[in-house]
Amino acid sequence: MVTRGFLSGRRPPTDGDARIPPGQYLEQGFPVLSAGPTPRVRTEEWSFTLKHGPRPIKKWNWAEFNALPLTKMTRDIHCVTAWTKFDTPWQGVLIDDILADAGIEPPTAFTLAHSFDGYSTNVPIKDLTAGKAMVALFYEGKPITPDHGGPARLLVPHLYFWKSAKWLNGLQFTERDEPGFWELRGYHIYGDPWREQRYTNDP
Amino acid sequence: MSDAQAPQSPWQTAGIVRIEKRTPRVTSFFFQPSRPFAYRAGQHVDVRLTAPDGYQARRSYSIASAPETDGVIELAIEKLDDGEVSPFFHDVAAVGDEVELRGPLGGHFIWPHDDSGPLLLVGGGSGVVPLMSMVRHRAKRNSMVPVALVFSARVWDELIFRDELIALDDRKDGFDLVLTLTREAARRPADYSRRVDVPMMVQSMARLPGPPDIAFVCGSNAFVSAAAQALIDAGVAADIIRTERYGV
Repeated sequence: MVTRGFLSGRRPPTDGDARIPPGQYLEQGFPVLSAGPTPRVRTEEWSFTLKHGPRPIKKWNWAEFNALPLTKMTRDIHCVTAWTKFDTPWQGVLIDDILADAGIEPPTAFTLAHSFDGYSTNVPIKDLTAGKAMVALFYEGKPITPDHGGPARLLVPHLYFWKSAKWLNGLQFTERDEPGFWELRGYHIYGDPWREQRYTNDP
Repeated sequence: MSDAQAPQSPWQTAGIVRIEKRTPRVTSFFFQPSRPFAYRAGQHVDVRLTAPDGYQARRSYSIASAPETDGVIELAIEKLDDGEVSPFFHDVAAVGDEVELRGPLGGHFIWPHDDSGPLLLVGGGSGVVPLMSMVRHRAKRNSMVPVALVFSARVWDELIFRDELIALDDRKDGFDLVLTLTREAARRPADYSRRVDVPMMVQSMARLPGPPDIAFVCGSNAFVSAAAQALIDAGVAADIIRTERYGV
């Protein structure tokens, strides 16, 4: 349906068209969105726990985690509130390297990422491995600020950005695909921006 | 719905039935959806505009009206000069125009089902919009849930819904309005003229008969960060604070 009098607006640059998923627009800034106050997590108190169901597999403190191999990843990111940002530069530990350090193969096909503030989000393990995702520690070469999820956040750039959980403190393998915080509150169980999977019943 | 039926698009057309200027930069647009739907106070809708060449722009807007308002939905839209969708509404849209709308959306920043309370609402600028839906919902239901609304704006004339809020405050039925202006002197005796801070949060909560069950905070990212931190420093538990940030 054409909207009377709506002609154009903030068009994507021509060479960037193919990088902007449907219904998204290009944003130069880096908006902050979250369901609650920003937790201030001190690195002395920080830890990251890998679990299978209720059972811990391995736990790292800040120093141990920072000793894991660091990888750089520059990616476009897509927020469900309709902004897309090009070429965001991150550095962190690939999920592959976390699993290798724990000495395990994925025991199930699904995970829930957990955060210090009680947030959670579900991501299939196939979307986290093979270099697709990391636990990011740096943005633009500097430690990630609390607003943007520091000290550590999940980065799954090919899914809507609510999947890239801020203030991450653990990854839990689950037997089934269990919906997390926003997935229980109207948002899509998978969240592929290229298929516009924003809300629960989107195809 | 039978399996043979094609799935209904989540988008529907909605006609503008009324336009009302609220402040110099905020205008309310009242929409009649072609398929009216129930919603909860605090939820939002997505609006989609389509250009003749097929280009589409979509934005999320919080609902300002109470759920009891006969299917007509009020969106209070602030004009952003470098925006794409808000200038269309402010400069082009007229009564009788149709846009596409999808909703209701959002399952976190919503009035609780069980009427629990007291509630503390903290809004900055157009962040008052989803809180207004809650305040109106409370009034429509004649609810006795104690509610305090702390509403911050730069100046008196930028307080969206100001007269309606003051009229509700004057009912003295358990709804308490606290206004704070950041660039003008306060106009009412118990109001403030500064940015939200810890003493203001402590004093506003003291107007409630007990500590809040839930605190809803909405506004720009800078406002929400400051207000949520002030609440925490005032002794409010982080896990009862729900935020909504107008990110862009």
